[in-house]
Amino acid sequence: MAENNESKEVLLHRLQVCGFILVELNEYLDSHPEDQDALRCFEKHRAMYEEAAEAYTKRYGPVTILDHAATQGNKWRWVEGPWPWETEKEGM
Amino acid sequence: MWVYQKKLQYPVKVARPNPALARVIISQFGGPDGEMGAATRYLSQRFSAPNDEMKGILTDIGTEELAHIEMVCSLIYQLTRNLSIDEIKKSGFDTYFVDHTTGLYPADASGNPFTAATLQSTGDPITDLNEDLAAEQKARLTYDNILRLADDPDVRDVIKFLRAREIVHYQRFGEANHTDLSRFYPLWAAAYRGYLRHNSVFQNAGMTANPEKSNTFFGIFQNT
Repeated sequence: MAENNESKEVLLHRLQVCGFILVELNEYLDSHPEDQDALRCFEKHRAMYEEAAEAYTKRYGPVTILDHAATQGNKWRWVEGPWPWETEKEGM
Repeated sequence: MWVYQKKLQYPVKVARPNPALARVIISQFGGPDGEMGAATRYLSQRFSAPNDEMKGILTDIGTEELAHIEMVCSLIYQLTRNLSIDEIKKSGFDTYFVDHTTGLYPADASGNPFTAATLQSTGDPITDLNEDLAAEQKARLTYDNILRLADDPDVRDVIKFLRAREIVHYQRFGEANHTDLSRFYPLWAAAYRGYLRHNSVFQNAGMTANPEKSNTFFGIFQNT
C-alpha cells in the first residue's frame, strides 16, 4: 500500500487517520469489550497503522523513540525538526 | 507511563497569524473548561475508580486530552508567529505579550492562570463521572463560542474536530456512569437511577416497580 514515492504529507496523514481510528475504537471498546465488529475494525486499522508507521519512519524519521531502529544511519534523529506544531520550513 | 508520538492527533496548519483569536483560543489551553483541566481531572480521578471499565476510560480519555492540549497550543503558536509590534498593539495581544511574549502560558482568555480550583477529584465515582459529563459539555460550549468568534477556516476545522471529541467523550462517560457502581452509592438513589440493573436481586424492583402502586420499590429503601 505504502509506495516509496509518497510524500511526507500523505504518509503522515495516513498515520493520523489510522491513529485516530485506533483512539476512537480504544475508547469505544473500553465500554463495549465484546463488540465483534469493533474488535475486527481495531485489528484491521492496527495493521494499517503499523504499515503506515513503517513507511513514514523509514523516510522521515521516528514517530516514537521505539522506531529509532527503523531509521537509517548511525545518528540520533529524534530531535530533528520540524516538530509537530511547526510547519515544514521552521525546523532548526 | 506515556510514550510521546511525534505527530499531532489531527493536522493544525494555520496560514494567517491572528493574535486576537489566539487570545480567545488560549482558554481551551488553560481556562476553566480547557484541555489541561480535562487531562488533569481524568488522570487524577482514575486512581479512585472502582472498576476496570472506569479506570480504562479515564486513562484513555485523559491521554487523548494531552494530545488536545498539544493541538490547542499548536493553534496558538501558529496564530502568533511573525507578528509586528504594531499588530501586537492593535490586536490587544499586548497585555499577554508583556508577560509571556509569544510563549505558551496556560491561562484563560482573561489572563487568569490555570488553576485546579475549576475541577474536582472527589474519590466518589458517581460524583466524578457526573463532573466529567458536565466538563465535556462545558468544553463543547466553549468550542461553540470559539466557532462564533473565528472566521479563519484553518482554525475552524481544528476547533470542529475538538468539539466533536467532547461529544464522543460525553457518550463514553455516560456509558461508564451506567455500569454497576451501586455499592459506592446510597441504595435508594442507585435503585432509582437504575444502577442496580446488573444485580438480579434488585433488578425487578429497581427497574420496574411503580412507587405509586407497589411497596416493593420503597421496600429497598427501608433496608438502607
